[in-house]
Amino acid sequence: MAAAVLALVLSLPLAMAVSVGGAACSDDSTDPAPAPAKQGTTVVLCDGKTKVEIPPGAEKSRAGGQAVADALMSQWRQRHPDADWEAEVRRSHPRIPPPADNADVLAAGGQRDGQTYGRFTAKDVLSWQREIERAVLEGARIFHDSEALGSTIGMSCDMCHPDAANTHPETYPKFQVQLGRVVLLRDMINWCIEHPLRGTAMTANDPRMRALETYIYAQRKGQPLSYGKH
Amino acid sequence: MRRTKAAKRTKQIERTERVERAEPAEPAARAEPTARGPRGRIVGVETRYMEERRVALEGLRGIDRRGFLRASAAAAAAAMACGVAPHSFQPVRVAFAGERGRERDGFRFAYISDSHLFEEKLNDRFVRALLRAVDDVNRLDPQPDFVLFGGDLAQLGQPAELRLGAQILRSLRAPVRMMVGEHDWYLDMGELWRDLFGEPTYSFDHKGVHFTVLNSILEEDFWSERGLSPMERMKTVAGLDNNAQRPFTVGVEQREWLRRDLAGLPSTAPVIVFSHSPLYKLYKPWNFWTDDADEVQALLRRFRSVAVIHGHTHQMLTNRIGSIHFHGMLSTAWPWPYAPEGLPEYTVQMSRPDPFNPNDGCGDGQVRVHPDGLVDKIYQLWNRNPITVTGAYLRSARRAGRPPAPNRKAY
Repeated sequence: MAAAVLALVLSLPLAMAVSVGGAACSDDSTDPAPAPAKQGTTVVLCDGKTKVEIPPGAEKSRAGGQAVADALMSQWRQRHPDADWEAEVRRSHPRIPPPADNADVLAAGGQRDGQTYGRFTAKDVLSWQREIERAVLEGARIFHDSEALGSTIGMSCDMCHPDAANTHPETYPKFQVQLGRVVLLRDMINWCIEHPLRGTAMTANDPRMRALETYIYAQRKGQPLSYGKH
Repeated sequence: MRRTKAAKRTKQIERTERVERAEPAEPAARAEPTARGPRGRIVGVETRYMEERRVALEGLRGIDRRGFLRASAAAAAAAMACGVAPHSFQPVRVAFAGERGRERDGFRFAYISDSHLFEEKLNDRFVRALLRAVDDVNRLDPQPDFVLFGGDLAQLGQPAELRLGAQILRSLRAPVRMMVGEHDWYLDMGELWRDLFGEPTYSFDHKGVHFTVLNSILEEDFWSERGLSPMERMKTVAGLDNNAQRPFTVGVEQREWLRRDLAGLPSTAPVIVFSHSPLYKLYKPWNFWTDDADEVQALLRRFRSVAVIHGHTHQMLTNRIGSIHFHGMLSTAWPWPYAPEGLPEYTVQMSRPDPFNPNDGCGDGQVRVHPDGLVDKIYQLWNRNPITVTGAYLRSARRAGRPPAPNRKAY
């Protein structure tokens, strides 16, 4: 959702540029061809739903543009009260180890002339960081939320594994004698979901499973891999 | 369904209690088995069993180990005389004879802690775990002088959770001493808990030992500013690793109360403190921590022997700061992993729990109090051998009586 906010901020000038001076973005398509001078202008946010009317003859100034942007933003926030969920999760779980900062790819020597692959900008690095952090935070949210996990008895992962302690993802895959086969971390997550939580196992591609794995691995940053360890 | 069962359980217990109380004040008067039941010459199996048991007990009262064989032979003979084949008591009673002997100087109390009950219709697992602990304690023979409940009776402070807990604890045979935990408190700020169990801060004297019970889970207001609802506040505090809360404290008011409470005692008086959080600073992110622990310890430092028994940490946890010995209690609901840093050097970890065994790492236990106030902490781990962390181990600075090392440490 914060992605939407980001996209929204970046694309505001574009959205405004497109819609200024015409009713192209108005979703009221059954109207007969409007007379722009009388009807004013509709500014539509990139979500295609949030819109603001500018009265006809309004002065085109920076302050006026900002007011329109603010109005759109506040409308959007009202409709998305959970937009700050990342900040909430961060407040509760401030000690999640940060992802690799990738400063080296921007440092001198990190870029080679004559190469296209590997030529990254600060914006690339920023988007990597934002996306992985969001995935970790989503994992933290689900890890602590018995409803999201589908527990039928009110339990969540953090009740036995605060800060994902004692999940030791670095020891998988390993042969788990109780399950009779070599298991991955996600098999053990599913075991916990089915047994202590009495929920329904997630498929390997379930976004919740992917988020849980992300959070659990993030919490063991720096731990050497040691597959097969008991 | 459960209520009926609980009622039955209570009835059974009452019956047992009546039998216990029926023991005569003068042992000499009943040295010989009467072999006569309530229905005249017809003696029921149960009556004969109790008769046999009584004779065995009389024979053992006040004798040492050497005298045991003689007494047990006498009991066997007496039992044979009433036409009962002697069975279970003889080998079992040896151990208890020893226990009784030791108890002349000192006493025991049992503990149950951190049951984290949900409503039974939502989660029966934790309810059954608490019932198991109650059964464990009710089976202790001799009974402990009292039972300490170490806090976090409920999971989310719900009235139904607290009432269910109160109902289950009512079936304990020994008197119960209650302590409050953060899971009991932060929905209504302790209102219902106080209604059910009284004030959370109190003290009492028992067989020459001064006991003080603290409410150590007080947090600074973090909820008003953010406009959290009572349930949001409760859920925030209920998350061990949720750092949107504040550290635990005992607080100025209770420290002042404690100072006054201890004021009249000589420094030789044995003191035992019950607090839900450990009264020292172990690991702040999980509130294995009391923010004003130093100030509380300062009030306790002058005593020659102080033991702090705390809940919250759900694991075998031992520490010593000067003359103050700290012992953590087990949970009946789930074990916590050891904190990633700050573990006291006195702690011998319990082996890491088996995830495939839902009761592993959980349990209850007892505390044996010696006349000088030194305590031995008995961890009755379900599905494992019990482990005793002795006062001698702590007092000798880990040189004597080291508890067994875990066969599997934490990752």
